[in-house]
Amino acid sequence: MPDSPSDRLATATPSGVARTIRGLSDRTIAWIFVAPTIFLLLAINIFPLIWTIRLSFTNYRVNRPNADVEWVGLQNYQRILNDPDVWATMQATAHFLIWTIVLQVLIGFALAWLINRKFKGNDLWTTIIVLPMMLSPAVVGNFWTFLYQPQIGLFNTVVGYLTGAAPDSFSMIGDVALAPWSIVIVDTWMWTPFVMLICLAGLRSIPDSIYEAAECDRASAWRQFWTITVPMVLPFLMLAVLFRGIENFKMFDLVVQLTGGGPGNTTTLTAIDLKREAFERWRTGYASAYAVILFVTVFGLASIYVKALNKVKER
Amino acid sequence: MRTFLTGLLRLRRGPWEMLASILIALGVVMLMQPWLLIAYSYSFIVTLTGTVMFIIVSHFPE
Repeated sequence: MPDSPSDRLATATPSGVARTIRGLSDRTIAWIFVAPTIFLLLAINIFPLIWTIRLSFTNYRVNRPNADVEWVGLQNYQRILNDPDVWATMQATAHFLIWTIVLQVLIGFALAWLINRKFKGNDLWTTIIVLPMMLSPAVVGNFWTFLYQPQIGLFNTVVGYLTGAAPDSFSMIGDVALAPWSIVIVDTWMWTPFVMLICLAGLRSIPDSIYEAAECDRASAWRQFWTITVPMVLPFLMLAVLFRGIENFKMFDLVVQLTGGGPGNTTTLTAIDLKREAFERWRTGYASAYAVILFVTVFGLASIYVKALNKVKER
Repeated sequence: MRTFLTGLLRLRRGPWEMLASILIALGVVMLMQPWLLIAYSYSFIVTLTGTVMFIIVSHFPE
C-alpha cells in the first residue's frame, strides 16, 4: 500500500504520462521547471525594456493610438540632454540621493553600534526604531505633512523651541530653500532603520575572539573600531548603500505625497518628472528616452558597486 | 601606472574594468553636476560608453 505523498503521486500519475516523463533527460526536466520563470522574466522585464528602447526613438503618444508614429532617431535624447528643467531635476535628485545616503549611513551605523551593546530593553528599542520602515510611504508622507504644518506641526514647534524662532515663521514644505531638506529628513527618518538592521547583521557577524585578541595586544577601543569593526562591517554597509541608492534614485511615492514635487520644481525628482512626461503630458516616446537614460545610469552605477562589493568581500 | 597600461594593452580585465568604472562615475557626475550644461549634455554618452564597455570587458581574462 502506498503511504508517502510521493508514492501516492506516482500511483496517481497516468501510465502514459509516467512513461513520457521517464523518457526525458534530467536536463529537459530542469528546463521544464525553469521555463515558466524564464517566460515571466522575458514577458515582464526584458520585453518592456526592449519595447521602451524602441519607443524612445519615436514620437509615439499613448493617448493618440491611431496617430502615425514617426521614427525621430536621437531627437528625444537630444531634447532631454539639452533641457535645463530636466537638468534641474537631476540636481534635485542628486541632492536628495547624496544627503539621504550620508545621513542614513551615519545614523544607521551609530544606532546599530549602540543596539549591538547589550543593555536592558535592547529588543524593545530595536522594535521601536524599526517601526517607521514598516509604514506605507503614503501614510508617512501624509502624517509628515501634518508634522510640518507651520501653525500646529510638532516639527516646527520642536525646532522653534530649540532655536528660539517662531514656529510659524518657516514652512518646511512651502519654502523653496527648505523643501529639499524636508524630503531628506522624512526619507532618513523612514529608512535609517533599514541601514541599521544591515549594519547590525554585520556587527553581529564579527567573532568576539577577534576583539579578545585585540585586547591582548592592548589595542585601544578607537583602534579596534577602525581596524576591526569598520572593515568587517564595510561589505554590509556597501550593500545598504547600493539598496538605498537605487531605491532613492527612483523615489516617487513619498515625495509626491509630501510635497507633490513643489514648491515650483524644487523637489521634482526624476521619477516624478518622468511620470509627468509619460502620463500627464502623454509624451510616451520622450518619456521612454528619459527612462532609458535613468536605466543606463542606475545599471552603470550598480555594475561598479557590485564590483567594489566583491573586492571588499575578497579582502 | 605602467602595470595599468600594460594590462590595457594585453586586454586584461582589471585595468579595463577600472577604465569603464571611471567612465561610468564621470558620466554620473556630469549628469548631476550643477555647473556646466555642456557636461550634462554629454553625460549620457559617457555613461553609456562606460556601461557597455563594462559589460564587454567583464568577459576578459583576469
